[in-house]
Amino acid sequence: MSTIVETHDHDGHHGPAKGLSRWLFTTNHKDIGTLYLWFSFIMLFIGGGMAMVIRAELFQPGLQIVQPEFFNQMTTNHGLIMVFGVIMPAFVGLANWMLPMQIGAPDMALPRLNNLSFWLLPMAFGILISTLFMPEGGPNFGWTFYAPLSTTYAPSTVNFFIFSVHIMGVSSILGSINIITTIFNMRAPGMTLMKMPLFVWSWLITAYLLIAVMPVLAGVVTMMLMDINFGTSFFNAAGGGDPVLFQHVFWFFGHPEVYIMILPAFGIVSHIIETFSRKPIFGYSSMVYAMASIAILSFVVWAHHMFTVGMPLAGELFFMYSTMLIAIPTGVKVFNWVATMFKGSITFETPMLFSIAFVALFTIGGFSGLMLAIVPADFQYHDTYFVVAHFHYVLVPGALFGIIAGAYYWLPKWTGNMYDEFLGKLHFWLTFISVNVTFFPMHFVGLAGMPRRYPDYALQFADFNALISVGAFMFGLTQLLFLFIVIKSIRTGKKAKPEVWEGAGDLGLEWTLSSPPPYHSFTVQPQVK
Amino acid sequence: MAYITKLVTKLVLAMSSALSAVVYSAESSDYNMPVGVTEVSSSIFNLHMLIFWICVVIGVIVFSIMFWSLWKYRKSKGAVAADFDDHFWLEVGWTVAATLVLVWMAVPSTQVMVEAYDDAEGEINIMVTGHQWKWHYQYLEDDVGFFSNLSTSQEQIDGAMPKGEFYLREVDEPLVIPVNTRVRFLITGNDVIHSWWVPDFAVKQDAVPGFINTAWTNVPEPGIFRGACTELCGIKHAFMPVVVRAVEQEEFDAFIAEKVALAEAERMLTSKVWTKEELMERGESFYMTNCVACHQANGKGIPPVFPALEGSQIALNDSDKHIEILMEGVQGSAMAAFGNMYSEVDIAAVVTYTRQAWSNGENGDGVIVTPKDIVEYKNRVDL
Repeated sequence: MSTIVETHDHDGHHGPAKGLSRWLFTTNHKDIGTLYLWFSFIMLFIGGGMAMVIRAELFQPGLQIVQPEFFNQMTTNHGLIMVFGVIMPAFVGLANWMLPMQIGAPDMALPRLNNLSFWLLPMAFGILISTLFMPEGGPNFGWTFYAPLSTTYAPSTVNFFIFSVHIMGVSSILGSINIITTIFNMRAPGMTLMKMPLFVWSWLITAYLLIAVMPVLAGVVTMMLMDINFGTSFFNAAGGGDPVLFQHVFWFFGHPEVYIMILPAFGIVSHIIETFSRKPIFGYSSMVYAMASIAILSFVVWAHHMFTVGMPLAGELFFMYSTMLIAIPTGVKVFNWVATMFKGSITFETPMLFSIAFVALFTIGGFSGLMLAIVPADFQYHDTYFVVAHFHYVLVPGALFGIIAGAYYWLPKWTGNMYDEFLGKLHFWLTFISVNVTFFPMHFVGLAGMPRRYPDYALQFADFNALISVGAFMFGLTQLLFLFIVIKSIRTGKKAKPEVWEGAGDLGLEWTLSSPPPYHSFTVQPQVK
Repeated sequence: MAYITKLVTKLVLAMSSALSAVVYSAESSDYNMPVGVTEVSSSIFNLHMLIFWICVVIGVIVFSIMFWSLWKYRKSKGAVAADFDDHFWLEVGWTVAATLVLVWMAVPSTQVMVEAYDDAEGEINIMVTGHQWKWHYQYLEDDVGFFSNLSTSQEQIDGAMPKGEFYLREVDEPLVIPVNTRVRFLITGNDVIHSWWVPDFAVKQDAVPGFINTAWTNVPEPGIFRGACTELCGIKHAFMPVVVRAVEQEEFDAFIAEKVALAEAERMLTSKVWTKEELMERGESFYMTNCVACHQANGKGIPPVFPALEGSQIALNDSDKHIEILMEGVQGSAMAAFGNMYSEVDIAAVVTYTRQAWSNGENGDGVIVTPKDIVEYKNRVDL
């Protein structure tokens, strides 16, 4: 081993290639991580632009800016892009950057596969977004695409949508195989499973969830494809099929998918809270077990999305109880984060601010989730803005804040430059205020009876909707500031030390590398005690 | 400025009501779930408030400890980190505590669920069918039914006219039910999935094509109750409200008697000899209620999804095909089969109307379709 290292010429052919081919043909985990992160960032602005169209239309009752036909395309594509194009690729990008550095490996285990799984994504989203410019318009049946609205009654562009989902699924499965292989085979000597950083644990569990449920998603869109083009009747009652079957299969994928979008954020936030509390994470092993329990339970709760679909009493009660159970491991995680801060020595850098907001606001999303689990009450909440408020609380100040916090936390490591702390804090406070102005009033309009996916609404919802739209525009604009901060930190800024954050050197292998780290992270395996 | 003041006032009100849930009335609220009018709806409201308050208490405890720790142990004040990283009994303790709280929530939830879930026969049984984009109500005991369409005008939606008090929450013909009677709803869909929701009854049930779901209510007092479609069902999803009028038994009996008489008169109309003007008049009003959403008042449709009728070869020169489309619908499109939904007179009238209206009368063959033609069609295809 050591002889190989010594005869290696690091500055020669092992640097990145020049120009476009560096990015097209790269097999380097950092380059691919960067590609994923920029892809996700661009998609954030495209999907966010769609949200702005939605909020502009909903600013007042009546139809002013877009027609319902286009409005439905906006809600559908906003959801699809944010889920599959922003949150998931951002987490994969962070995994690509951080996993090899956190486990003491030179790169991912399957670098060519890594390149493929990234480059499939622009293809998939190119196809999806191109449908918006076709004469019949893009998918307009909601991101959950319930049959038969998405089959018998869909625009013919639904076939592009199906193809695009297939490609996204392949990309996710390949990415997951790579991550699992890397974690199991490339850990530094001494790093046993229960010594792995929590971000690595969170991604190991997430990758298993992806491999388990992405084929289910592929299956359900394939059944749609058959119904639409080849005369089958999986979801067509007139041919002996069952439209509700669609929902069961979709949510069997969809609920684990929800945790795919939050587990890596749990990992990121755990690292940040221990760093800025200057105190090791409280209850490491219960954190791991909690994530594993959440992942396992996620397979037996899917029908809580379908309480009004007409299920037997026993079914309703089963899914209520199983859903409530998830509150236990999730609660344990929140308690652990609070206990980590307790008796720490706390500072409030931007990543920490986003992480504190994550704990507080994700918990609020958890509370509304618990309320939604209560079947009889769900009869009133279901498909109203209360649900919209709930899942935006867990996805925006939840998943997205986790990603933003992670970006600030590791940005100095990636670029070698500190970001502008003042602008970072400004970004945090503007985001924190606007996210609550946007999503908190949605609880009220939902409880008062405003259904979701409505391009127009009754007059009693007008005031809150105007407020929500103002918050949303503010939130959207604020993210341009984030873009500016990131670019600024890439180009210039105070040089970052290897450990970047005070005392972080003891917290993980990534902080033992230089900032920015060498092209092949660890060429000599470190020893973990 | 006044607007902003109003907004702020409203927000403060909302916050304070969240903090003082004791003060609520049966009036529907702008920021909380309605208590509703039935026993089930108020049980659900109480359950909702119970769970809400449990969450508030947990939230206050957890957030207090967190923000207190952030304040007390900040480094700028010289806090030095302790180095503990677990505490077995503390972890067991809060896991058990969380479990107990969940059991505390699950017991009343199960009770209310059992109370709400009951698919026994009703004293009155009503078939509710979701169509793109209107509701159909069929009284099964009396074999009468009707469609219920949004009655808010397009001008109000487009902003050409001021919006009325019940903007998007009004229909041409509400569902009528008697008070103090167990009413069972049999809910299904005709095309895509819809969902029938009346918040004041706490009834929300998906209308799934090919399947029949049940829900029930027993309304103690007369009144008008407004709800909505809550499952995305296409372009006009926001434009198919539910309105239910609960009335005293005598008024309900009179309503049914009138509907039965009306249905009888309809049947008589089929054998009547119709003039072109009579058909045109009836056809126009039918068109403006049932067809206008897609094919538009000017007959130009919204291509390519909803084809134009003006200048269409079928509407100009092929009356047989025209009747067939009305009766059987168009597979794979939003055009439903109207044959079993409307009377022969209505079908004949609207076919005649669309063959004469706009420029079609001048450019086409001008065929007048009568109810007899529709009856003949039905006999021919044995519908």
